[in-house]
Amino acid sequence: MFDFYFHLHLIVRLVLQSLAVILVLFPIAAACSMAERKISAWIQGRPGPNRTIAPIGGLLTPLGLVGRIPFLGPFLQQMGIFQLAADGGKFTFKEDPVPGHVNKFYFVLAPIISMIPALTTVVVVPVGAYFAVVDGVKVLKPIVLANVDIGLLAVFAVSSLGVYSVILAGWASNSKYAFLGGVRASAQLISYELSMTLSVLPVFLWINKPGGQGTLSLFDAVQFQSGVFHGFSLASLHGLWGVCYMPVSAFIFLVALFAETNRAPFDMPESESELVAGFHTEYGAFKWSLFFLAEYCHMIIGSAVCILLFFGGWNLLPWVPLATLIDWLSHFISFAGHPLFMGLVGIAIFLGKVFFFIFFFMWVRWTLPRFRYDQVMDLGWKKLLPLSIANLLFYTLGIALLQK
Amino acid sequence: MAVIQVERKPLTFAERTYIPQIIGGLKTTLKHFFAPTVTLQYPEERPEIPKGYRGVPTLVKDPHGREKCVSCQLCEFVCPPKAIRITPGEIPAESSSVHVEKGPQAFDIDMLRCIYCGLCQEVCPEEAIFLQNQFSMSGYTRAEMVNNKARLYELGGTLPDQHFKWDKKKAAEEHGNAH
Ligand code: SF4
Ligand code: SF4
Repeated sequence: MFDFYFHLHLIVRLVLQSLAVILVLFPIAAACSMAERKISAWIQGRPGPNRTIAPIGGLLTPLGLVGRIPFLGPFLQQMGIFQLAADGGKFTFKEDPVPGHVNKFYFVLAPIISMIPALTTVVVVPVGAYFAVVDGVKVLKPIVLANVDIGLLAVFAVSSLGVYSVILAGWASNSKYAFLGGVRASAQLISYELSMTLSVLPVFLWINKPGGQGTLSLFDAVQFQSGVFHGFSLASLHGLWGVCYMPVSAFIFLVALFAETNRAPFDMPESESELVAGFHTEYGAFKWSLFFLAEYCHMIIGSAVCILLFFGGWNLLPWVPLATLIDWLSHFISFAGHPLFMGLVGIAIFLGKVFFFIFFFMWVRWTLPRFRYDQVMDLGWKKLLPLSIANLLFYTLGIALLQK
Repeated sequence: MAVIQVERKPLTFAERTYIPQIIGGLKTTLKHFFAPTVTLQYPEERPEIPKGYRGVPTLVKDPHGREKCVSCQLCEFVCPPKAIRITPGEIPAESSSVHVEKGPQAFDIDMLRCIYCGLCQEVCPEEAIFLQNQFSMSGYTRAEMVNNKARLYELGGTLPDQHFKWDKKKAAEEHGNAH
């Protein structure tokens, strides 16, 4: 079975792998939309969508039958799982009018472009690790579509393209609200991209020892946080997560991430109370749902990168890396050392952290009011940027002194 | 008038970073996140109607099952939006309460007009019309939204009576001191 897979042409294999990633990413992004509604509901003391159930008869019978299983069915109904299917169906089959006053080509192009960075960046994001035996030596290998050395750079480069779709949507819509949303989005993204990039520099300054081979790979960033406890020495620092010794970097990165993904309190491009719906005012049905999915994909990938850089990737706890956990588990479970099992455990831990981050995103959204536009600019240029520069200088000097 | 100078303390550094406030806010929302929801699952769960609630106006009978309305039409006159339409009638001779003489032949309340003001209940000399617990009226046609006499009695049911005015009157008549 595995042999058959490896005999396929490389292109075919890559296509299959990419499809697998998309098939995982999409449902998670869709589930996020339901999580968003449920979490907002619970925070506001409401139960959220809990009524929808699929009918028996017709295409949806399998779903309907699941809904009738005692205990499980009503639970899924309470959780709004069927609402998700109904929403999906609605977005797909709803009439999708193109307003007469828009620039049709770019209007249709914008939502498509919004998906491209969302789906491309996932290529370089490792999601787990496993031990592979190469030439008789056990080496830890990442589970990733493309383990490239420029990992982080690729993420930054491609994800910042996402703003083009927003600008394009805003401009092509030929509407004041959409246009303002697009302009705000571009200004905001440029302002926060700077601090974001400056905030991760210390991490890679720390990882890349002078004289060694330089890397920007996200896998190496996690490896750097996968040490074990050696007593109170500098070597023990390797087991700690990035957030422990670079809290300011992590904080700046997180704040910038909120701004980059256009989430509250930085949802300037959408700001419902001022701009109707911002850049997607004129969109509906399937095109709108693409924007929506792209936003959640951005959130997922943004939190994934944040976890890889600052929150230990697929390591369970500080000083308890995945390898240690697997060693420990193999005392109890015979097949724990199997690469497949290890990979799954790693992915599970990683996804768990991603889900927590997504929850955090939503939690913050329903806690903080939206900033005023000038406050956003103020925070970006006058607070975060100087802070990240100071942070960079501090760590540069510190690392220089430590490694001398 | 005395002018009170309120001393405004400058914000501390921690307050200016906004972070303690954010953490406080997150704590509050997390508390609500785990708190039970307050929503009433409406069609299955019904709200508890408080005492004295003024819902749909209804006609009531006295504990002996006698219809109390004497079709004096005071409610019809007082009703601000003219929602009530009464056709007065005589009480048939074979009825046990023939001495009441009048009763409504038809009694319609148009719930598309009614403003739930309660003036009909206020004005009724016979305590025959009450705004009771029913709070949701809906229908597919205009005709459905008009409550006729049968429906009004069905909604109203029986309420306790303190006076039994007409029974007393009958007893007095039989003793020969009717007035
Ligand atoms: S309900 Fe009362 S006020 Fe109205 S007609 Fe009957 S007795 Fe008169
Ligand atoms: S409640 Fe007011 S509006 Fe409704 S029937 Fe009675 S008097 Fe008329």
